[in-house]
Amino acid sequence: MGLAKRIIPCLDVDAGRVVKGVQFVDIRDAGDPVEIARRYDKEGADELTFLDITASSDQRDTMVHVVEKVAGEVFIPLTVGGGIREVADIRRMLNAGADKVGINTAAVFNPEFVKQAAARFGSQCIVVAIDAKQVSKAGELQRWEIFTHGGRKPTGIDAIEWAQRMNQYGAGEILLTSMDRDGTRDGFDLALTRAVSEAVDVPVIASGGVGNLQHLADGVIEGKADAVLAASIFHFAEYTVGQAKQRMADCGIEVRL
Amino acid sequence: MTSVAIIDYGMGNLHSIAKALEHVSGKQRIVVSSDREQILSAERVVFPGVGAIRDCMSELQKTGLDEVVIRAAADRPVLGVCLGMQALLDSSEENTGTDCLGLFSGKVLHFSKDMHEAGSGDRLKIPHMGWNQVLPTYQHPMWKDIPANSRFYFVHSYYTAPDNAEDVAATTPYGIEFTSVIARDNIFAVQFHPEKSQHAGLQLLSNFVGWNGES
Repeated sequence: MGLAKRIIPCLDVDAGRVVKGVQFVDIRDAGDPVEIARRYDKEGADELTFLDITASSDQRDTMVHVVEKVAGEVFIPLTVGGGIREVADIRRMLNAGADKVGINTAAVFNPEFVKQAAARFGSQCIVVAIDAKQVSKAGELQRWEIFTHGGRKPTGIDAIEWAQRMNQYGAGEILLTSMDRDGTRDGFDLALTRAVSEAVDVPVIASGGVGNLQHLADGVIEGKADAVLAASIFHFAEYTVGQAKQRMADCGIEVRL
Repeated sequence: MTSVAIIDYGMGNLHSIAKALEHVSGKQRIVVSSDREQILSAERVVFPGVGAIRDCMSELQKTGLDEVVIRAAADRPVLGVCLGMQALLDSSEENTGTDCLGLFSGKVLHFSKDMHEAGSGDRLKIPHMGWNQVLPTYQHPMWKDIPANSRFYFVHSYYTAPDNAEDVAATTPYGIEFTSVIARDNIFAVQFHPEKSQHAGLQLLSNFVGWNGES
């Protein structure tokens, strides 16, 4: 009995459409984020994360409308990440109905931004997203660094130290993505997840690499994650959120059923 | 006639709670307001809040809305949410000690950084974030059609510790059994976010818009 571990479906949204959701079989408009959000809500998702991958700034308003629509009918926490660079971006998303914003690149280039954002809006709505890659070689003590630009640009910043610093600066939560695992379907980087989760006081969301339901349970049990995030296993209707929760419950994990 | 007024004193985003109340309120009018006349003409009042308690109290004092909360709490159904619950106590240890409204006797405390999960022994994270169980201590009209021990969505690092046991309407386990709901007469205040707690949360808000303030 106690706090449930969370399952968070992630929707990658480009110009108002969910881009990984094209193979959805049983809903009419396959890529409509509002319909997909509604479906995940019904299946028992604990939260939803929207990642705005729109490159051009003139399309950003589209995301605001998506959030407004979803927030009007889905009553669970909503996080929006992607393109959050200044205080005005945060205010706009919160006013549209988001509960939290994910800050990624902007935190790396200007760590003070996280402090400002937490002081202004409260830590509860500031999620710092960390993209990490293993840089140690086989046989060495494991080490991970922060990468930007979708995992292409190294920054030389140690991932564990960075997570601790973001914790101190007022992040209320860490969204941790393994760039080595992202898209591989090989499961989370459990060593990375565990190392970060044990190093910070705030909850850690594991992300990157989920290919089956056991991976989600492993993220909690071995990775010590407080929440697990996945995109494609839910989008392609391979598994429902309900099935994922059942598997976690079968593994002895506290979930909201 | 305004049915429910949500007090807007500049602390955070009231969109979610307004939307959720609109969703359950049928024909009753929901307003978000910082106008004392408008708030005090409403049949029911919601006192929300996120962020830091010192900012919350200083905004309330600056706007004079602290008095409005106290007046509303004297004679009509009031729902406190999150920081709006904590502000009802005497004081909070947040921001090196902050005086609050004193409608309930007691303090607001920070979770200990050294709490561990019973089974796994894992360290418990702060903020307490996510879906946890709410265990009612007695029957109350606000619990109508909500199964006992339902999960609600929480996000907070401080919790209320009322002096009087009879003010505790529900508890939640997180390292300790903390008070997650306080209630007295026409006041009902919750630490979790009903507007983000799906079915159980919407049911609670629906119960509030139908509540006559008697317990």
